[in-house]
Amino acid sequence: MATVSEYSVMSDQRAIEFQALSFSYGDRQALNDVSFDVGVGELFSLLGPNGSGKTTLFRLLSTLITPQQGSLAVFGKDVINQAHQVRHDLGVVFQAPGVDGKLSVRENLAVQAVLYGLSKTDTRVRIDEVCGQLGITDRLNDQVDELSGGLRRRVELAKSLLHRPRLLIMDEPTTGLDPSARSDVWNYIRQLQQTTGMTVFMTTHLLEEADHADRIAILHEGELVALDKPEALRRELGGDVITITASDPEVLLKKLEEDDELSPRLIDGVIRISGTVDSQLISDLHTRYHDEVQQISVGKPSLEDVFIARTGHQFWGAS
Amino acid sequence: MADQTPGSSFVQVTQSLAWRELARFFRQRNRVVGAIGTPLFMWLLFGFGLDQSFSVGNSPETETSFLEYYFPGSLVLILMFTAIYTTISVIEDRQAGFLQGVLVAPVSRQAMVAGKVLGGSIIAMIQGVLFLLAALFLDVDWTVMQVVSLVAILFVASMMMTCVGFSFAWKMESTQGFHAIMNLVLMPMWLLSGAFFPVPQMGTGQWTQDVLHWVMKVNPLTHVVSLVRQFLYGSDRLAEGFWEPSLRVSIVVMLVATALFYGWAIRVCQRSTSGDLK
Repeated sequence: MATVSEYSVMSDQRAIEFQALSFSYGDRQALNDVSFDVGVGELFSLLGPNGSGKTTLFRLLSTLITPQQGSLAVFGKDVINQAHQVRHDLGVVFQAPGVDGKLSVRENLAVQAVLYGLSKTDTRVRIDEVCGQLGITDRLNDQVDELSGGLRRRVELAKSLLHRPRLLIMDEPTTGLDPSARSDVWNYIRQLQQTTGMTVFMTTHLLEEADHADRIAILHEGELVALDKPEALRRELGGDVITITASDPEVLLKKLEEDDELSPRLIDGVIRISGTVDSQLISDLHTRYHDEVQQISVGKPSLEDVFIARTGHQFWGAS
Repeated sequence: MADQTPGSSFVQVTQSLAWRELARFFRQRNRVVGAIGTPLFMWLLFGFGLDQSFSVGNSPETETSFLEYYFPGSLVLILMFTAIYTTISVIEDRQAGFLQGVLVAPVSRQAMVAGKVLGGSIIAMIQGVLFLLAALFLDVDWTVMQVVSLVAILFVASMMMTCVGFSFAWKMESTQGFHAIMNLVLMPMWLLSGAFFPVPQMGTGQWTQDVLHWVMKVNPLTHVVSLVRQFLYGSDRLAEGFWEPSLRVSIVVMLVATALFYGWAIRVCQRSTSGDLK
């Protein structure tokens, strides 16, 4: 079996090609000239804070809306001219729960099977297979309303997988789930991708989630600001990051700036210093600025640091 | 768009979506009761309440009580309420994400409309037939032909109203907005359909009566109510001194209106709406 790193852009097979995509809602530009590819078999995460344009990108990819400028192709097929074929290749999980609470799990899946033109026999086979994989076989006759949030999300996943899509796309699939249900979903997705070779594209606003992906793209205010493997993006920054929260960050920043060896930056009220850090430096800082410092911490660069380095904004304050 | 890919057939998709509507509706008991309860209550209340002050008919044998007069209108009101309830599900489906799922599936939007409208129409028709049982207590000479015709009328009329409801609901983002439209459009349409009071004749000398006459005459619901009335009681018990359309005209009007509203629903759903962009 191919390992994760062997997918990626090396193969000429492209599952998704975004080319110079722009989209606006009236005056508001949601996407501005976004171009990137997703390789066949990749598990790809699109990361961005709320309002970054990722949901618009998702809607374009799902064929719910059509591109205004630029082009978008799925397995080489254009989403406008070959929408019908594209739709056959896609399994879509929207952010809103698309399962019907008044129907049983089996009924929900049966309606979906008809929408995708599965035969009666195939429907039965696929319902058994998919529900077996997702561990919901014993819930098939339960009304969806009676299921927990995590189980309901699995039913949705089952629904989108029924017709054996080549590309599974999900819009913030773990929203509203508790941490254990969230990691469940991740495990299923990873397992599916590895056993079936299916390409997976998902959006998320959770930094720690994006770290699970083979490659990530980061969107900020409708523009692509980063595209690579998560480790690679972090490695690029190198060294460590010290973050300091202070009672009066402006004043502390001035003092730190007078110290020649450091290059502090004030980002949304938090002081960040990157570079090589030894324990001496931390304790020095702590002793020297004891009165101003509220909290001081040190760590390896995270995806948040990548985001800050690329945009000059903190991830959570960015919208 | 040409459909070369094997699979999803128009008929199966329509059937499946219609079935889903039925299952959803009848599993929510408050909807079943809500759509039939209010008109039933109003029928009994007004029927008995206004009985003494209302009188149409030219002789004691053909005299119609208000309970009888008001029955066809109540029946149509049930169809209307049910059509409203079932098409509100378009808005709920959009909010819930089910609709988006259908829109990105390799099926035509026509199949989606057909499924929604067929499901809604069957539900409304079933509710109408249930209410029709109350007519067993009225002075009606039943024949099989009459029952078949009435059920057919109920079905077509249900379709007509479901299409209207669908077309409004498609563009709505919230169910509140939908209620407002329904109160401004469908309720007045019903009140001016001869459901509650007969259509005045032309040339009574009062211009208000003339305006009322014309407004009610062009209202497709007037023709539906009149059809129900004529098939229920026969044409000899119509209100004397008031205008009533002929059977043939009413059938044509009902069919043409239904076809037009269906066309409207098909047209409306080709547009994407702001609700998809939220």
